[in-house]
Amino acid sequence: MPQITYVRTDGTSDTVEVPVGTSVMRGAVREGVAGIVAECGGAGMCGTCHIFLPEEQRLARGIAPIHPLEDEVLETTSCPRRENSRLGCQLAVTERCDGLAVDLPEHQVLP
Amino acid sequence: MAGSPIVIVGAGQGGMQAAASLRDAGFDGPVTLVGAEPQPPYDRPPLSKQYLNGEVDAAALALRTPAFYQNQDIDLRVDTRVAGIDRANAAVVLDSGARLPYERLILATGSIPRRLPVPGADHPGVLVLRTLAQARVLRDRLAAPRRVVVIGAGFTGLEVAAAARSAGHEVTVIEALDRVLARAVSVPVSEHVTRLHRGRGVDIRFGRQVEAIEGEADGPLRAVRLAGGESVPADLVVVGIGVVPDTALAAEAGLAVANGVVVDAYLRTSDPAIHAIGDCALFPSPFADDPLRLESVQNAVDQAKCAAEFIAKDGLAARPYSAVPWFWTDQYSDKLQIAGITTGHDRTELAGDPEQGRFSVHCFRGERLVGVESINRPAEHIKARRQLAAAGTLAGAV
Repeated sequence: MPQITYVRTDGTSDTVEVPVGTSVMRGAVREGVAGIVAECGGAGMCGTCHIFLPEEQRLARGIAPIHPLEDEVLETTSCPRRENSRLGCQLAVTERCDGLAVDLPEHQVLP
Repeated sequence: MAGSPIVIVGAGQGGMQAAASLRDAGFDGPVTLVGAEPQPPYDRPPLSKQYLNGEVDAAALALRTPAFYQNQDIDLRVDTRVAGIDRANAAVVLDSGARLPYERLILATGSIPRRLPVPGADHPGVLVLRTLAQARVLRDRLAAPRRVVVIGAGFTGLEVAAAARSAGHEVTVIEALDRVLARAVSVPVSEHVTRLHRGRGVDIRFGRQVEAIEGEADGPLRAVRLAGGESVPADLVVVGIGVVPDTALAAEAGLAVANGVVVDAYLRTSDPAIHAIGDCALFPSPFADDPLRLESVQNAVDQAKCAAEFIAKDGLAARPYSAVPWFWTDQYSDKLQIAGITTGHDRTELAGDPEQGRFSVHCFRGERLVGVESINRPAEHIKARRQLAAAGTLAGAV
């Protein structure tokens, strides 16, 4: 099973096994990893599984580019989006994701 | 309240969230989560979407790993049925006769599909979709080409229709009212969803009453017979005519029950030691004039958090339940999102362009914005939720 690391802004991180066919969001939520909220449960409609994914990582792991609806939701995240912002729920996990590390924003909902 | 046990009956989205949120809120006493289904809590919405069309398998639906329940010291009991609630002695009685004493009890019993009251509705070719086991049967039956008849143009029925049609099956939808999602959305959204389905070749028939389902007693289905004599050939029938709250335990225990287990603003039933959350709860809301009962992941999750916080803090500085209701459905590649409670609106304003397949309908009652329905406009939906939350807080404060 691919291992994915979730790195928080305070430097702490969790590395968990994520089943192929699920998503980068689901991988964190099913283990109770702090820093991903996923209010909508993966429908790509709430912007609370915001993560940062470096472009070279995306390409190396064959992860699909941003869909227009995902792009729209990223405009509403509680931490301002950056160039490498993605929604974790839209990132399908494949074997190629083994060893992937993503950064989490400071918060997912307005404090 | 350390040491005082909490029992949660119902291990769906709400029950699971209540257990997790009790721990998040610092509760360190015993937590027992009891579910009738054989598998640990799983994600239900994909059953009529990605699971049905084969994009994800059952293993991917688990809401949490087994290790999570262990690490959080949550005593998860699957495949376990509850026989009753002994309120006098504050204990849940299991089918096995075992007793689970509680200091607080959370009922998260959910809802059950409404049955179609016509002859033939019990034929094995007639399916409903609520649980993973039911979804598995439906997915298996859809492995071969079928003539599928969906009875009821509600959310579940239409999602099944979309999945079946996308897989190449012949699909007919029978609806008693004159438009799809009639009880849930405004006319422009109904029309858009109807266009989507008809554009893909789904035969939708409005204003039709099902009179009987015909087939061999131990053999295949033949047809769905409609009032007036019309007959629709069918190999497989899926009934999606809504759900009813599962209130049996609450009613037998003598709790106040109407169209759901009656709760107050803190989600307490008529017995203050017992909370009810999710599909089974009938609750007061700042977003509606009358008590609401909602069937959504959002409602289950937010009510679970509210009840868990109340219990963990023993009611101190408790906050009434006031989350903005929201909901979504996928129809083919279109996303319909609803913020607020739009039923009962008397005026709508359209934003965006239905022709382009991207628009929102703002629904008003009098001067008040009661909700927004969006097609493929997620940012508009999120904005609407924030707007309604601000207005709701205001209304609550008055």
